[in-house]
Amino acid sequence: MIDNVDLTLVDWSRAQFALTAIYHWLFVPLTLGIAFIIAVMETIYYRTGNPEWKRTVKFWMKVFGINFAIGVATGIILEFEFGTNWSNYSWFVGDIFGAPLAIEGILAFFMESTFIAVMFFGWDKVSKRFHLISTWLTAIGANLSALWILVANGWMQHPTGMWFNPETARYEMNNFWDVLLSPMAAGKFVHTTSSSFIVASLFVAGISAWFLLKGREVPMAKRSILIAMVFGLLSSVYVALNGDFSAKVTSEYQPMKLAAAEGLYEGTEKAPIMAFGVLTNTDKPLDNSNKFLIKIEAPIPGLLSYLAFGNFDDFVPGIKDLILGNEARGILPATEKMRRGYESQQMLKKLHEIKDKKSEEYKAIYAHFLDKEWLETNFKYFGYGAYYHPDETIAKKNAEQLIPSVPLSFYSFHIMVILGMYFIVLFALIGFVMHKNVLTKQRWLLWIMVWSMPLGYIASESGWILAEVGRQPWVIQDLMPTITAVTKIDATSVQTTFWLFAAIFTALLIAEIRIMVTAIKDGPSNKH
Amino acid sequence: MAILQRIFQFYYQGFKNMTTGKTLWVIILLKLFVMFAILKVFFFPKYLDTHFSTNEEKANHVVNELIQNNKQ
Repeated sequence: MIDNVDLTLVDWSRAQFALTAIYHWLFVPLTLGIAFIIAVMETIYYRTGNPEWKRTVKFWMKVFGINFAIGVATGIILEFEFGTNWSNYSWFVGDIFGAPLAIEGILAFFMESTFIAVMFFGWDKVSKRFHLISTWLTAIGANLSALWILVANGWMQHPTGMWFNPETARYEMNNFWDVLLSPMAAGKFVHTTSSSFIVASLFVAGISAWFLLKGREVPMAKRSILIAMVFGLLSSVYVALNGDFSAKVTSEYQPMKLAAAEGLYEGTEKAPIMAFGVLTNTDKPLDNSNKFLIKIEAPIPGLLSYLAFGNFDDFVPGIKDLILGNEARGILPATEKMRRGYESQQMLKKLHEIKDKKSEEYKAIYAHFLDKEWLETNFKYFGYGAYYHPDETIAKKNAEQLIPSVPLSFYSFHIMVILGMYFIVLFALIGFVMHKNVLTKQRWLLWIMVWSMPLGYIASESGWILAEVGRQPWVIQDLMPTITAVTKIDATSVQTTFWLFAAIFTALLIAEIRIMVTAIKDGPSNKH
Repeated sequence: MAILQRIFQFYYQGFKNMTTGKTLWVIILLKLFVMFAILKVFFFPKYLDTHFSTNEEKANHVVNELIQNNKQ
């Protein structure tokens, strides 16, 4: 199949989706996190009745409102792209995604829009208690919206709770709870939302630090930093813990992603974690050349084995094991998976060639798609069939296409982890300085807080790059590769819309930054 | 009826007293117009809906896409 695919089209379609997803994700994490920070602040106002807290809440609500308004609906473009550029994929998964995305739409519309209106318009018009409840429900609603998107994404990374209908060529959900509660979906939800809390905490702390540096709104800034510090520290520690859970889930269902993220070419027991490194020779993934120009391993041996399997001695498969196979470890070579995938495809082809659906031959072939053993040994590699070739040499070359971009996966993973550790230290340091009551005197720390604001976004985007690049070439793990998912349309039209989106999103981002900067410079006021 | 009137007044007064919010609403409406009236209509038709009329035709098309390897 690879020979039949216009890779220019695939690359542009991927680039377009990546561009829109990355831009969309610039707006989302702040909304998810700052909503809870505001809710905590308003709870303090509700309990103390101190009008200074109300003023603080109103200021951050204004910031929330700007970010929400500019970011709202930017994700809809991704759905447009599904229908136009990824129509095969949309058809393949339509039944699975229908329910979660419908729930997301209803939640987003009713919970967020209703309670956001109370948040902004309801001061002095509804009771303090009802206003507070609305603020909390806005925060919970925003995060629940994210849940359904992340459930859908989690399913793509680890398909479960479904069966393949060979007549319609669609996956159909047969267990909603398996889809909702899959470890991949759970891991994605907690990791994504809690990392968004860090982005928001850094943002609130950074803006507040700027106020302190300017000598303006000092009490409000100190209060805000206190809340952001506590929220940020708790979230940073929690992200590290649930990141460990994500790594274990990834090692089970997406071992190639873990290997690429760690630059682990040769599988090994007591696998070490690479603290950082500089890659080389990544264009020859299966040869024996040295793959690192610089390599700094974490001092604890077997840490990657522990991260992956909870045991310091366990074997972690490398990229070569996963492509060439490792009989001793029970890992099939990719060429065998490609052969099994191809056989599954042949079965589907035969089924659709038979016109008489009541014939014995039709029933016999259909029975395969209900046979658990056949599904488990052959059909689970359905997507690999796209890379099959009867010539062993060509098949082996095709197998290299099953390796994601190691540099992108490796660097994005390490940037995310290093920044994650930095955030823990930063929030702890802010806490220590606040405890000593010398925050305003530590101007260097205030400047660090200001300049740490973009780092939250960089870490968050890096996490997504790892999640999405690291699972390539799969759109749906092992079942549908990108080359099959893409619609065979003119690549020029995809290029056109790519640049169109680049222009629109850049304009929106500039608008957000300008309005946000003006609003922050104005400081707290009574209007919104 | 009185409740509906109060809800209307709630939103009406809220929108009326907005400052930054007015600019944001202009951006939201402009954005939605560009997305739904221009992008969706002219650049993002649903491929399967525009090329095939029945679900069976769509399914057959996707099956052909899935098993393209058999062309070799």
